[in-house]
Amino acid sequence: MSDISADGLDANGLVLAADGTPLKRSLARAMRRQKLRALLLVAPLLIFVLLTFIVPIASMLFRSVENDIVSNTLPNTVQELGRWDASTSELPPEPVFEAMFFDMFIAAEAKRHTRLGTRLNYEQTGISSLFRQTGRKLDDIGKVTKKPLEAFDSAWKDGETWYAIFNAGDAPASKNLMKSQRGLLKRLTSDPASGDVNFSPRADVTKLLPKAAREYTAWAIFTAVQDEKDPATRDPWESVYTALILDLKTADLSGYTGPNEDLLKAAQAADLPVPAFSEAFADMDKDWATPVPWKTIQTHSGLYTSGYFLNAIDAQKTDDGVAWQPENKQILLKLFGRTLIMSLIITGSCIMLGYPIAWLLSNVSARNANLLLILVLLPFWTSLLVRTSAWKVMLQQNGVINEVLVWIGLVPDAERLILINNQFGTIVAMTHILLPFMILPMYSVMSTIPPVYLRAAKSMGATNWTAFWRVYFPQSIPGIGAGSILVFILSIGYYITPEIVGGTKGVFISNRIAYHISSSLNWGLAAALGTILLVVVLALYWAYDRIVGIDNVKLG
Amino acid sequence: MADTKNNDAFVEFERVQKSYDGVNLVVKDLNLSMPRGEFLTMLGPSGSGKTTCLMMLAGFETATHGDIRLGGTSINNIPPHKRGIGMVFQNYALFPHMTVAENLAFPLEVRKIGKSEREEKVMRALGMVQMQDFAGRRPSQLSGGQQQRIALSRALVFEPELVLMDEPLGALDKQLRETLQFEITKLAHELGITTVYVTHDQTEALTMSDRVAVFDDGRIQQLAPPDKLYEEPENSFVAQFIGENNTLEGVVKEIKGGVALVQLDNGDLIDAKPINVAQAGQRTRVSIRPERVEMDKSRLQPDAHTLKAEVLEFIYMGDIFRTRLRVAGKDDFVIKTRNAPDQVRLTPGQIIDIGWLAEDCRALDA
Ligand SMILES: Nc1ncnc2c1ncn2[C@@H]1O[C@H](COP(=O)(O)OP(=O)(O)OP(=O)(O)O)[C@@H](O)[C@H]1O
Ligand SMILES: [Mg+2]
Repeated sequence: MSDISADGLDANGLVLAADGTPLKRSLARAMRRQKLRALLLVAPLLIFVLLTFIVPIASMLFRSVENDIVSNTLPNTVQELGRWDASTSELPPEPVFEAMFFDMFIAAEAKRHTRLGTRLNYEQTGISSLFRQTGRKLDDIGKVTKKPLEAFDSAWKDGETWYAIFNAGDAPASKNLMKSQRGLLKRLTSDPASGDVNFSPRADVTKLLPKAAREYTAWAIFTAVQDEKDPATRDPWESVYTALILDLKTADLSGYTGPNEDLLKAAQAADLPVPAFSEAFADMDKDWATPVPWKTIQTHSGLYTSGYFLNAIDAQKTDDGVAWQPENKQILLKLFGRTLIMSLIITGSCIMLGYPIAWLLSNVSARNANLLLILVLLPFWTSLLVRTSAWKVMLQQNGVINEVLVWIGLVPDAERLILINNQFGTIVAMTHILLPFMILPMYSVMSTIPPVYLRAAKSMGATNWTAFWRVYFPQSIPGIGAGSILVFILSIGYYITPEIVGGTKGVFISNRIAYHISSSLNWGLAAALGTILLVVVLALYWAYDRIVGIDNVKLG
Repeated sequence: MADTKNNDAFVEFERVQKSYDGVNLVVKDLNLSMPRGEFLTMLGPSGSGKTTCLMMLAGFETATHGDIRLGGTSINNIPPHKRGIGMVFQNYALFPHMTVAENLAFPLEVRKIGKSEREEKVMRALGMVQMQDFAGRRPSQLSGGQQQRIALSRALVFEPELVLMDEPLGALDKQLRETLQFEITKLAHELGITTVYVTHDQTEALTMSDRVAVFDDGRIQQLAPPDKLYEEPENSFVAQFIGENNTLEGVVKEIKGGVALVQLDNGDLIDAKPINVAQAGQRTRVSIRPERVEMDKSRLQPDAHTLKAEVLEFIYMGDIFRTRLRVAGKDDFVIKTRNAPDQVRLTPGQIIDIGWLAEDCRALDA
């Protein structure tokens, strides 16, 4: 401390606080405590906002690209398909069909194959029913192998025979297989698949009969966890029979001395028939004999997909890149365009109607202004649904407006105007509903423009119109900007009003999002549409900031 | 009417009345006539109707009754933008969304003046107030004084013959105000413009104007050049309002030889010049400027009346001494004496005799 000079500077010329610490540091410490306290105060709100705003949006963003359902449901098929060159327009090789058989078998047992079918149906119409049928007929393939084996030796009918072969008991167990099959089921069923199974695969059998061990383990876990039955006494799935016969074709059983050694060796010697998987699939449904479903699976097998986003803009991912959807399925881009244009029209009509009202509000005496303001805010006191329904009463074919027009003879009774369930209805009702959001920011800006500017302009020779246009209007633009942003952003995501008065031609993209969330259950697409909407709004906001400057926006 | 019309009058108010609410007259019977090139100031307390008069002249308010003429023609029915009157507002009213140059170009643009001529005029007008370097700035980037300079040059840029200014310097500090007062009068005289200037500040009114119109209660109380206004106020309101002033109240005893003998309420007698009193017995309020009070009997008429006064307070003010006295039972009587080497410095408690020349003391309305 000896190097502190009299004026509170240290050797480096830094200012020191009274206790000799550098002023900067002691200031930072003081500020940190303040900031921490402030942070603690806002923490509840911050957490609330985080949980209710950031998290849902983040999860929506994630859902729009998430695609692990394919590789979770068909892990082996996806792996085998990776080696297949789809561009040759040949069918995939036999191992793909084989992997598909085993994957689908488990998926069908877990009743998860239809979910995948629904997912892939978004990309290729028809896959959904293909998967459903295949799931039902899969047992047939299994029976082709099960029956001969059971006929060959009825011991195979007995679940305990199988259990004796595959269960480790005191012998060394294959922990890896157990773990990987538990994982498989967990990903497939979103059930933790833990808990006691009363089974662990025998390590040497696993090596000798890999496919059979794999299927048996999966079956054992499934039976114990999902069906809550003891695998020791029950018959395994048909797929286990199939897997065993496949294994026996190549297995070298000479060194095997485990349980049921004779049975296995006899079965191998019998040289039972293996099913031809590709033919069997073609028998189930001839679609499997075309590359189409295989290409679809291969194209959409990634953990993440751009598929939903492409769907959202009427495109799709095919095996050779991105392509437009067929003409008759292209509706979303049109809907986006319509939403944008109609929102612009609504914003425009709000400006047209709101500007004079805001001007009036800011130019009448305070008492009248209050009264007017109450009238402006009055609609907020009634429910949105009621206001929208009121428009239905007004606009329908035998509604108030048409009745009046017919009554005064402007419109013949037979040709009543169609004012609702179209774009006109949506625009009218939404302009009415969003008008206060335009008037209020306009009013708050206009009431800060002193009337003296108009007088000054007139004293300099400007006519009323020039004074308004050159002097008053430019100063009211921040209000128009704020109102427009508010109205536009609100209307671009509006749902209830277009739903009620929009019919089919007057609905917005948000109605489509709602449809995908609650009716078609295509949440990925709904999330992608929502994300695009969000991005469009942000982009417009950014553009507005660049052109007008967000600092110029005044909300009050 | 023709005989009342002054031929060189440029601006004329004739029997103008104004009411906003149909109940109260804010301007009552205003008559005013200004020759071309005159600098006239409207001075008066708040609410006396100055701005209203200015607004009627500019065309933003219509006169309820009477005639306002500009250059001999009645402008009652001419809209403001056709009157060609320049205006400077109290809060400058510079358009915030335009640069200084655009602000100045605005009156020229609406007059459809070509671009090159416009630019030349703008630069010339900025030159008049030494603000050429600020042409590209926005009003918000200027100081108050600079803004007022721009407002002034904007009012002058389209070369109006008449310029109206409503308390243009009200928001500025004293020093800046004095500089700008000088600049405004200089410009007005150089350009030969007729100016109507409204202010609260009497020093401003006295130093700048050719004539001052003192307003009170919707009427012009006195319209006169500054020196006359100060030295010869026509009524007690003007006497009170302009400069510092001592008043004493009493009754006129007699008027003889142009001098009124006034008996104050405590019985003392004083001499005064009769202004608003005609005969003995009238109540009056006499007014005497602090610097015209004499303590030296030898400088008064031999038979002049004097009053006894007790010194209450002596304030040293540098160039002058200001002494407060108790006179005739009132203790707000003030005298001012020059700080000269031989000047006596009074001490509180001292009793002195004071008096004045009869013509310095004006017997006004009660
Ligand atoms: N627009 C108006 N409506 C009603 N009354 C008004 C209006 N403008 C002014 N007045 C009233 O008219 C009277 C004169 O106002 P004016 O503004 O002319 O006074 P002024 O002399 O300019 O005062 P100041 O020195 O405070 O500016 C005031 O009593 C005021 O209340
Ligand atoms: Mg005023």
